Amino acid sequence: MADWTLAWRLARREMRGGLAGFRIFLICIAVGVAAIAAVHSLSGAIGAGLARDAQVLLGGDIVVRTTYRPVDGETRARLAELGPVSETVEMRAMARSGESAGLVELKAVDAAYPLAGTMRLSNGLALGEAFRGLGAVAEPTLLDRLGLEVGDTVTVGEAQYTIRATIEREPDRSVGLFTFGPRLMVDRKGLRASGLVRAGSLIRYHYRILLDRPADSDGILAGLREEGLERNWRVRGLDGAAPGLRRTIARLTLFMTLVGLAALTVGGIGVANAVRAHLAAKRATIATLGCLGATPAFILKLFGLQIAVMAGLATAIGVIIGASVPFALQGLLAEVLPIDPEFGVYPRALLMAAAFGALAAALFAAWPLAAAARTAPVALFRDVHGRARAGRGAGFAVAGLAAALAALTILTAPDPRFAAWFVAGTLVTFALFAAAARATVGLARAFRGAGPGALRRALAGLARPGGETAGLLLSLGFGVTVMVAIAAVEDGFAEQLGDRLPRDAPSHFFIDIQPGQVAEFEGIVEAEPQVRLDQLMAHLRARIVALNGTRADRAEVAPRARWGLNDELGITYAAAAPEGTEIVAGTWWPSDHDGRPRISFDAQLAAGFGLGVGDRITFNVLGREVEAEIANLRRISWDSLRMQFTTIFAPGALEGAPQTFIATVRAAPGAESRLTAGMAKVLPNVSAIRVKDALDRAAELLVRIGLAVRAVAAVGLAAGLAVLAGAIAAGRRRRERDAVIFKVLGATRRDLARSYLAEFLILGAVAAMIGTALGLAAGYVLLEEVMGLAWTAPLRPALATAATAVALTALFGFVGTWRVLGRPAAPALRQADR
Amino acid sequence: MTASELAVRLDEVHLTLESAAGPVNVLRGVDLAVERGESVAVVGPSGSGKTSTLLVAAGLERATRGRVTVAGRDFAELDENGLARLRRDRIGIVFQSFHLMATMTAVENVAVPLELAGRSDALARARASLEAVGLAHRIGHYPGELSGGEQQRVAMARAFAPEPALVLADEPTGNLDRDTGRAVMDAIFALSARAGTTLMLVTHDPALAERCGRRVRIADGRISADG
Repeated sequence: MADWTLAWRLARREMRGGLAGFRIFLICIAVGVAAIAAVHSLSGAIGAGLARDAQVLLGGDIVVRTTYRPVDGETRARLAELGPVSETVEMRAMARSGESAGLVELKAVDAAYPLAGTMRLSNGLALGEAFRGLGAVAEPTLLDRLGLEVGDTVTVGEAQYTIRATIEREPDRSVGLFTFGPRLMVDRKGLRASGLVRAGSLIRYHYRILLDRPADSDGILAGLREEGLERNWRVRGLDGAAPGLRRTIARLTLFMTLVGLAALTVGGIGVANAVRAHLAAKRATIATLGCLGATPAFILKLFGLQIAVMAGLATAIGVIIGASVPFALQGLLAEVLPIDPEFGVYPRALLMAAAFGALAAALFAAWPLAAAARTAPVALFRDVHGRARAGRGAGFAVAGLAAALAALTILTAPDPRFAAWFVAGTLVTFALFAAAARATVGLARAFRGAGPGALRRALAGLARPGGETAGLLLSLGFGVTVMVAIAAVEDGFAEQLGDRLPRDAPSHFFIDIQPGQVAEFEGIVEAEPQVRLDQLMAHLRARIVALNGTRADRAEVAPRARWGLNDELGITYAAAAPEGTEIVAGTWWPSDHDGRPRISFDAQLAAGFGLGVGDRITFNVLGREVEAEIANLRRISWDSLRMQFTTIFAPGALEGAPQTFIATVRAAPGAESRLTAGMAKVLPNVSAIRVKDALDRAAELLVRIGLAVRAVAAVGLAAGLAVLAGAIAAGRRRRERDAVIFKVLGATRRDLARSYLAEFLILGAVAAMIGTALGLAAGYVLLEEVMGLAWTAPLRPALATAATAVALTALFGFVGTWRVLGRPAAPALRQADR
Repeated sequence: MTASELAVRLDEVHLTLESAAGPVNVLRGVDLAVERGESVAVVGPSGSGKTSTLLVAAGLERATRGRVTVAGRDFAELDENGLARLRRDRIGIVFQSFHLMATMTAVENVAVPLELAGRSDALARARASLEAVGLAHRIGHYPGELSGGEQQRVAMARAFAPEPALVLADEPTGNLDRDTGRAVMDAIFALSARAGTTLMLVTHDPALAERCGRRVRIADGRISADG
C-alpha cells in the first residue's frame, strides 16, 4: 500500500510536465467511448420509449392475432372475461376513385376501438360519427394519391365510402418496415359492405385486450401462447409491441456498437503508440529511478497510475459526450423515429462504455508500459539497442485483458454470435498486420542496397532497428480495414436506396386472386399488349408446429432459424419445379406423384432446423395439421424479387384448402396504371402492389438507417485519422533529425522528399492491400449477416477508400517532414541536441 | 583482508556486450578490492572500460564472468529487484549529466531514494542533505532553474542522502567548468569523509584523480596500474 502511495505521489510530480503527449491518447479513447455510450444511450432511450408507450403501440395489454378466420364465439367470450376486448380486421385492398386506384391498408374497427391511446381525426370528429352511413377515415396520403378531399367518396370492393376526415394519429399504427399503402379505416358494418371478406383472402383479425388484472399478464400470456400453438394464433404482450422497430433498433445497436468497438480498437493502436512515445520520452527518468533503487514493479505502478489517470479522464470525456449525443439529436430524432424516445441518462449504457474504454486503454497500454518498466538503468550510460522487452508476466496480463475485453464485447452484445465473429476478425486482423510488418521489415532489410538512391533510403528507413514500421503499418492497416468495411456497408445501402432494380424484376405483385378469378385475371393480363404474366401460384399461410414429431416450442433450432417457427410462412404447391429453382439436395417429385404429403423446403432454414431430405415437418394449415416429408431442399435467393416460398408442397395435399393466388406481372411503364385501374374495376378484391413503391417504402427507412451508418462512419474516420496522425508524428522527430544530417551532407530537399514519399508509399501500399481484403470480408459479414442487406461487391469504393488512405498517409508524413526540409540546418541541429 | 572489510570486490570480472557488429569484450578480467572509506579514482583512455567497471560495481551491468561483491553482498545471489534494493540502501550514484527529474523540485529529487526506501522523514532529510551541499536557499527550485554546478550538487545530495556505504561517480565534473567542478568535488570529498563513505570515481581529470587516495588505471579492459 505504501508502495502505491509513493507511486501516486511520484506520478503526480511527474505529471507536472503537462499532458501534451497524451492528446492522441485522449482522442482515441474518448471517441470510441463516446460512440458506444451514445449508441447505447440512444438504444436505451428508444427501448424506454417503447416500454412507456407499449400499451398504446400494441393497442392493449395483449393482442391475439389470427389469419383468415376470426376466433370462435366461445373463445371470444373467454377473452372478454380477461378485460375489455376490441376486435379489428385488417387486410390490403384496392381503393378506386374515377380512373385512379391505389393499394390501401384497410382496417375495420369495432365500437371499443381504441382501447389504449386516442384516435385523432383532422376535424375533431368522433370515430363513431365518422363511420355513420358508410363513412370512412383515411391517411392524408391516400387523398393525395387519388386526388380526393374530405367529403368525396372512394370505392373499395363493392362499397362506396364517404371520407369524413383524415387521420392525424392512429395510436397502434404499425411502425414496422413494410406498410404498403396508406390507411383506410371503416367500421365492421362498412367492411361487410365491401364484400372483400372471402375464404382464403389474407385477412388478419386482432383481438386487443386491456387486462382487468395486468399483474397476471405473464400467466395469461403463457396460457394463450400454449393454446395459440394449436390454433394458429399469434399472441403478443407488452414486450412485443412494435417488433419490427425493436428488431431494427437491435440490429442498428449491434452494428453501431461494433463500429464503436472498431473505433476503440483502432484507437487502441493510437493508445499504444501514444504510451510508447510518452514512455520513450521518460526513458532517462525511468533509468534514473532504476539507478536510485526503484524496482521495475514500482516503475510499472508509477507510470501505470499516470496512464490510468489519463484513461479515466478520456473515458469520462467520452461518457459525457456519449450521454449528451441523444439530447443533442433530440430534434432530429423526433422527425426520424416513429416513437418518442425517453431521453435520459442511462447508467448501464454509460457504465458499459466506460468499461470498454478502461479495458481497451489497459489492454493497449499494458505492453509498452511493461516494456518501459524494464528499461535497463544502464541506458543512462550506454545506447542500449532496441526497445526493452516486456516479460512473460506482461504477456499474461495482455492475454487476460484481451480475454476480458472479448468477453465484455460478446456478453453485452444483442447478438453474441456476431460479436464473437467481430472479436475473431479483430484478432486475425492484428495477427495479419503484425506478420505483414515483420515481412515488410525483412524484405526492406533484404533489398536495402537495391534500387535508386531515394528507394534505397526509403528501404533503410523501413528496415531501421527499433523503427516505427510495425506501429505505423498496424495503425494504417487497421484504419484501412475499418474504412473499407464501412465503405462496403455504405455501398450496400446505396444499392438499396438507389432504384437499381434487378433487371428481371417483375413490376407488380397481384395478391388475393380468388381461385374462381384466375381465368379472368389471366384474361385481363393477356388483353394488355405491354403486359406479361410472369408467375401465378397458389398462396396459403401456414405455421410449422412440429419438426420430426417434436413440438415446435420444444424443438432445438439455431437462433437465426427461429423465425421459421415463430412466423407464419407463405406456402404453395406445384407439380413441376418453378422456373429458376436451384435444388441443393434430394430430387423433385415425378409427374405421376402418388399424392403423399411431400415438400420442397428452403435449404437455409432446413440447415437452421437441423433437418435434411427425408425428415418430417408438420404444418398447421388453417387449423388442419399436415405432416410432410422433405423431398428436396432449394436454395432461395430472396433478393431476386421473384415470387418465393419457403415451402412448396407436392400436388395432392393442399388443393382442397381455402386459398388465393398470387401473380407477378411485368408491365411496361406506360401500361402500369391502365392495368391496375382496369383490374381494380373488374376484380375489386385483387390488390396490386407496385414493386417500386414497396421498395421505395423500404428505402425510406433505409435512408434513416443510412444516416446513422454515416454518422458512425465519421466516428471511425475520426479515430483512424487521429491514430494515423499520431503514428506519423511519433516517427517525425527521427525523420527530421535524419533529414538535417542528410542536408548537412549535401542532400537536396528534392532528394529527401522523394525518399520519404517512397517510404510512406510502400507502407501505405502494404497496408492498403491487406486492409482492403480484410475490410471487404468484414463488410460482407456486416451487410449479409448483421444488416440483412445484399452484398454488392463494392470494389470501386473499397479501392477508392484504400487509395485515399495511402494518399493521406503520404500527405501527413510528407507535410510533417517537408517543413523541416525547408529550414536551415543549424537551428534544427541545435534543437536536436537539446 | 576479509570480504566483510571490503566495500567493493571484483574477482576476475569479464564483461562482453552484444553489438550490431558482434560481441565486444569490454572487461577482460578485472581484479579490484576497495576498502571501506577508501577513495579510488578510475582513470584511463576513452573506451578502456572505466565506466563499465563502475557499472558492474553498481549492479547496473551483470558481469559475464567473475565475481562481484559490494557491501558484503555477492551479486550472483541477487536478482534485478535485489540489486535495485541494494542500490537504494547502500549505493549512491553521481552522473556526468546529473539526471535530475525535470518535473520535480530540488528537494523532491533528493527525497526520491529516501522515499523509495520507505523513510517517513524523507523530505526533512532531503532538506538537510541540500543544506549540507550549500543549497538550502534552492530547495523549492526546479532543475531548469538551477545552474549546472547547482544541479550537480543536487545530484550529490541525492546520492549521499540515504547514507550509502559506496558512492560511484562517473565523470562528475565532466559537464562543469573548472572552478565549479572544483567546488563540487570539494563537496563530494567533504561529504564522503564525514560519513566514512567509500568513493569510486571515473575521471579524465588528473588533478581530480590526484585528490583520491588511490588511482586505478584501466587499459584495454584490464587494470594496468594500481596505486
